[in-house]
Amino acid sequence: MTTTATPPATTTPSTTGARKLPSVAEGPGVWTTGPRGALIGLGIGAVLLLVVAPLTLGGFGLDLLGRYLCMAMVAVGIGLVWGRGGMLAMGQGVYFGLGAYIMAMHMTLADTTLEGESIPTFMRQNGVERLPELWGIVQHPVIAVAAIILVPTAVAGLLGWAIFSRRVKGAYFAILSQALAAAFAVLIIGQPVLTNGSNGLSNFQSLFGWDLDDSGNRLVLFLVVAVILLAMLAVTWQLYRSRFGELLVAVRDQEERVRFLGYDPALIKTVAYMIAALFAAIGGALFVPVVGIISPADIGVVPSIAFLIGVAIGGRATWLGPVLGSIAVSFAGTQLASAFPSAWVYLQGLLFVLVIGFLPGGLASVIGLLRRRRPEGRGGGRGDGSAGAPDEPGDDPQDTTREATEPEAAR
Amino acid sequence: MTRDHRPSYLEIRDLRVVFDKFVAVDGVDLRVEQGDLRFLIGPNGAGKTTTIDAVTALAPAQGSINHNGHELVGRKTHKIVRYGVGRTFQTASVFEDLTVLQNLDIAAGLRRRPREMLRHRTGVSARITEVMKTTGLSDFQETKAGVLSHGQKQWLEIGMLMVQDANVLLLDEPVAGMSQDERDATGELLRKLAADHVVVVVEHDMEFLRKYAQSVTVMAAGKIIAEGTVAEVQANPTVQEIYLGTAGTKSLEEAKAEAEMLGLDPEAVTVGVPSATEREEH
Repeated sequence: MTTTATPPATTTPSTTGARKLPSVAEGPGVWTTGPRGALIGLGIGAVLLLVVAPLTLGGFGLDLLGRYLCMAMVAVGIGLVWGRGGMLAMGQGVYFGLGAYIMAMHMTLADTTLEGESIPTFMRQNGVERLPELWGIVQHPVIAVAAIILVPTAVAGLLGWAIFSRRVKGAYFAILSQALAAAFAVLIIGQPVLTNGSNGLSNFQSLFGWDLDDSGNRLVLFLVVAVILLAMLAVTWQLYRSRFGELLVAVRDQEERVRFLGYDPALIKTVAYMIAALFAAIGGALFVPVVGIISPADIGVVPSIAFLIGVAIGGRATWLGPVLGSIAVSFAGTQLASAFPSAWVYLQGLLFVLVIGFLPGGLASVIGLLRRRRPEGRGGGRGDGSAGAPDEPGDDPQDTTREATEPEAAR
Repeated sequence: MTRDHRPSYLEIRDLRVVFDKFVAVDGVDLRVEQGDLRFLIGPNGAGKTTTIDAVTALAPAQGSINHNGHELVGRKTHKIVRYGVGRTFQTASVFEDLTVLQNLDIAAGLRRRPREMLRHRTGVSARITEVMKTTGLSDFQETKAGVLSHGQKQWLEIGMLMVQDANVLLLDEPVAGMSQDERDATGELLRKLAADHVVVVVEHDMEFLRKYAQSVTVMAAGKIIAEGTVAEVQANPTVQEIYLGTAGTKSLEEAKAEAEMLGLDPEAVTVGVPSATEREEH
């Protein structure tokens, strides 16, 4: 492959369209992160999250990082649907919220049972005497976990199919998905008897019988969160290099053309959307025990857009861009929000606009740009296009490493 | 879709395509069989591309379009493709962010099972290797399609048609923008493909047509006005009239050149205002 992949010297490369979506495909490791690069990337992540973080961060810091990781799970899914699939999903709060509320309902019920009560306190205060059916279902932990996985995925499947098979796309999809998030938050607020309205659910004591006040248990919880996030990254890595991943990019760039190759783009997009919904739901479900509260303020329009910002900044089409961007933005948010409470929201908005306007590939593309500036002498340039290229061993892992460490260093 | 002894065919009967009130295709009957290399020509706005669009469900069709016993009207595009109908577009539409190999692999994949879809591609199938060789793209396997030359993109499109296992090939101006050598190579390839495919070529290039067409269908204003061999069509008075009398839809020079290509007297083209704005059907 290395021998044949000579640049087309005899032909004049056409410039039209080649720069259509600048740099999205140029960032490091977009196509190229081979098994080696991926293992190194995941290995560094594992060391940082599973060893370094627990050793250096106190309980509070670990909780905070755990919260960022839960949000990052949503970002990984958004990277898939938006970066690779071209669907600007502005309403992932819906799936985050579904996962979170199912978990919160289960945990509230478990605590209630521990306290020897039959219905949660907030319901009693609302004059409810019998546990609503909807709550009864998730009482059993296995059913709760199954519901966290299946319900959001099924909802995404139905909604996605309805939307994509009607060929709703682009800005219309973005608006629609955002409206869904708004509607979902309104629905939650409007059912105070079932959901405790805008107060949300909080004050959890235990998770699956484990005491959440115990610092050892909290450490285990953090490690579980970290491992799940790493697993999601491994899944997306495989997805991105699979035929499905290639097809998804093809749908993103030329949906109509894909139709003429005998595929139904709606099906491909729906599958990607379902995976993203599943990731968001798992993130939401883990958010509840880690953070200790879920309320409509965590799942509506504003948080749904906030999920996007990290993805955009990190580089939506890259493998690690979304997760690193998301963690970095969460971190910056915590730091700045305590220093300048109101300024952060504006800054966040400004960053989003700037990145979308001037750096659509995100910060990851800066590395790609720098790389292209350098004289092409080491098989670079074209070699970028090869999937799983084993030919540049020192190249990709190096960049992955750099990319992986940068925002971490910011901590 | 089995390759049995009976030749494949595409039979269009009484096809009508209406946009709002505008009738783009008005009662077209067309039968093309395997072994033929059919060219579809006509002045701008004749409905050639629209006819192809109708076959592939890109334009709303009324009437009947039958491929080897399968009625295509009313089916969705991707279903029609699965019946073995493939097409290319006037402007090459390959996936520019993907490599040549990835483009071909996607085109070849419509019968893959979900499990295969989730796996990474290992190796290159013999069919794809063969097609890359035929289309001269072997050296560009790992090149992003976006940086190919125009002619190479057209070839890649044809290659995608070949690996997708279509047996009806609808090509919309396949040699537009190609050099003379590339045209000849394309012509030879089409001739070869026509032996076991139903091939319909929409073309403006009359020289290319005279060289490679086995039969020609001439359309004008949504109707078929002539059909036959190149010689028969050239001799047809209606065709002559259409080609000499429609200078208004293109520049005078273009019309003269086209008339000359058809073997008519270019000086007979006199009417018409050159209008650069009007291009083919869209």
